[in-house]
Amino acid sequence: MSNNEHIDEVSGVSTTGHDWDGIRELNTPLPRWWVVTFYVTIVWAIGYTIAYPAWPLLNSATKGVLGYSSRNQVKNDLAVAEAAKGKYVEAVGSKSVSEIAADDGLREFAVAAGGAAFKVNCVQCHGSGAQGSKGFPNLNDDDWLWGGKAEQIQQTITHGIRFASDTDTRISEMPAFGDIITPDQIAQVSAYVASLSGKVQDASLIEPGAKVFAENCVACHGDNAKGNKELGAPDLTDAIWLYGPGETAIAAQVRAPKQGVMPAWIGRLGETKVKELAVYVHSLGGGE
Amino acid sequence: MLDNRQTERLEAEAANSAKLRQPLYAARKKIFPKRATGSFRRFKWLVMAITLGTYYLTPWLRWDRGPFAPDQAVLIDLANRRFYVFFIEIWPQEFYYVAGLLVMAGFGLFLITSTVGRAWCGYTCPQTVWVDLFLVVERAIEGDRNARMKLDAGPWSARKLVLRTAKHFIWLLIAVATGGAWIFYFSDAPTLFHDVFTGSAAPVAYITVAVLTATTYTFGGLMREQICTYMCPWPRIQAAMLDESSLTVTYNDWRGEPRSRHAKKVQAAGQPVGDCVDCNACVAVCPMGIDIRDGQQLECITCALCIDACDGVMDKLGKERGLISYATLDDYNANMALAMTGGATLVNPSLVRTADGRFIDNLAHFQLRKIFRPRIYVYTGLWSLVGIGLLYSLMTRNRLEVNVLHDRNPQFVTLSDGSIRNGYTVKLLNMIPEPRTIVVTMQALQGADMSVVGDDIAAGRSFAIPVEPDRLKMLKIFVRQPADQIHGAAQIFTFRVEDKASFESDEYTATFNAPETAR
Repeated sequence: MSNNEHIDEVSGVSTTGHDWDGIRELNTPLPRWWVVTFYVTIVWAIGYTIAYPAWPLLNSATKGVLGYSSRNQVKNDLAVAEAAKGKYVEAVGSKSVSEIAADDGLREFAVAAGGAAFKVNCVQCHGSGAQGSKGFPNLNDDDWLWGGKAEQIQQTITHGIRFASDTDTRISEMPAFGDIITPDQIAQVSAYVASLSGKVQDASLIEPGAKVFAENCVACHGDNAKGNKELGAPDLTDAIWLYGPGETAIAAQVRAPKQGVMPAWIGRLGETKVKELAVYVHSLGGGE
Repeated sequence: MLDNRQTERLEAEAANSAKLRQPLYAARKKIFPKRATGSFRRFKWLVMAITLGTYYLTPWLRWDRGPFAPDQAVLIDLANRRFYVFFIEIWPQEFYYVAGLLVMAGFGLFLITSTVGRAWCGYTCPQTVWVDLFLVVERAIEGDRNARMKLDAGPWSARKLVLRTAKHFIWLLIAVATGGAWIFYFSDAPTLFHDVFTGSAAPVAYITVAVLTATTYTFGGLMREQICTYMCPWPRIQAAMLDESSLTVTYNDWRGEPRSRHAKKVQAAGQPVGDCVDCNACVAVCPMGIDIRDGQQLECITCALCIDACDGVMDKLGKERGLISYATLDDYNANMALAMTGGATLVNPSLVRTADGRFIDNLAHFQLRKIFRPRIYVYTGLWSLVGIGLLYSLMTRNRLEVNVLHDRNPQFVTLSDGSIRNGYTVKLLNMIPEPRTIVVTMQALQGADMSVVGDDIAAGRSFAIPVEPDRLKMLKIFVRQPADQIHGAAQIFTFRVEDKASFESDEYTATFNAPETAR
């Protein structure tokens, strides 16, 4: 190359020897700092690939002498987070739900943790705001089938409702009165029940309805139809209707009751998480 | 065949020919500013003392705010998100005060620049002040201009090594003190001072000190005028801010030119001669290393040291001061016109003097009233407007606030008795460092009452609750309205909070939602 090196007249810089129709390319040297930086990055890169996981192998990659892995880092970060929560989790585990609810700091923690667990496990049926829907109870209100005390809520979440594989599950089975009483009686008792909290179309049905109620329903729902939380029998005098208000909806429920099932969560979530959930649900505004 | 011999050769050269093209990189020429003496230098000493004193000492001023707030006069408490400036306490949402101050600083800078030129650059800019300080150290250790130049040009010797080491060591001390003072604005100064030296301060404190030490040392000691010339945008902006009536440091050609080192000889030869004896004193003292006689230029920070230097020389020569002076372009042009009467291309200083050597009477002199031109009124007006607005806002601002967030999911809950319940997150802001008892009352919304979650407060339409000093209290409030009182799916009502002791109050208008078919 040196024998045919061409120096550009104007700039005094040698050219690369490339020639396009008389136009030559200047071979301006790179700035020293640039070259130095370039070589430093190469040296750095070599050190980096030795220190950290880098080169792909057939089934894995080189591990790097520092033993770093992003999975371990996540694990460590999680461990740190767990450790930070540790004393709260421990306290939640060792105290009863009503004690937790009474302790400001602990309640705040449990409500936050329970709220997060609720978003994962409960919203599918109860809705993201715990507002429920037809057949799925609204957990914000003050009407509870199985009791709204923190311990009662904990019991419900732990063992579920009509959940066959849990022997302690809450069970209430309203018979299908379609097979027991006549359609007329169903209409009468529905009118009576509807009249307890609202208006009915045919007031003449109320009196015979009351008789049917006294004969068939008081065992569970009580003389005054206020229900029985021990048995999961709903209060029929209030404004809240799981399967809808009005005579038609009531008649349908008398004829062939729908019976919702809630799984027992203890096996899946463990006691601490269940307690947190109970405190959270209790805090929604209807807790007793 | 074309005969080339007939072609005329034109005298033309490419505008970007290699001969004309300048290198993009200009190596720095070392500058050794000479010590100046005079009124501007004295003024600059004063400004330096005030600005540096303010910077280093402010964090140590105490201000009693009672037992519930820090007693540091100026404190930027980032951890607790509170800003304390003497009697003013600012919460993060009141940051617009800082924005307002920045707007005022902007207009202030316009105002100053359009009247007295780059006074900010020349006197108060931290870069200028710290470079000045670093030059004091340099001068004290290495001597004045000539000694420093000699030392710099000379070979390395034990003396040079000692002097240089001492200089850089003291520079670094100043830099550490500068970086160190900064962190005291963000934490209790005496505590932090102790912690920093015992090694128990937060890492961020040490990192901040290290970074600011590096920048102070580099900018003030090593880069100096290059910061102003190459890094700072203000020299570029100032060109748009100055006009013919702005005062700026000016070399008065009309009395200075033609300059001569041999004035008497030239005069004897019958040629015109100006006041400038070309002693270069103005160049020697310039911290930017420029020659003001080349005219106003980007590099000039208008520190006025050349005025001091030249005035000293003029005094010695028995001539009037002010060969270099603060002057407006208008006055300068008027005087230039006098000195170049009759369409002369060169200045003839004898035209501005009478036969007995005094200045002629119709020379243009600076007049204060010329400063007051429309833009000055506009800047002053805007500056005052923002200032008055901020002051008014500060005087009338509420130190008790309420913010309300309506629960959206669910928007309302039907209760067993048919009544409707809405949930609200109510935030009470007690923005003074005193504990207060706040009365929360609901207005409108017939028949409704409220209850506070987690507090033993009976349901009602009003309750009192203590709020910690300088804190926000968050309450979860359930508002409940009986079914027969509900009028419409969205009813407007008001949360009113009041401090019964100071009668300070605030209100928040909220909505109460109910189903379309509430029974």
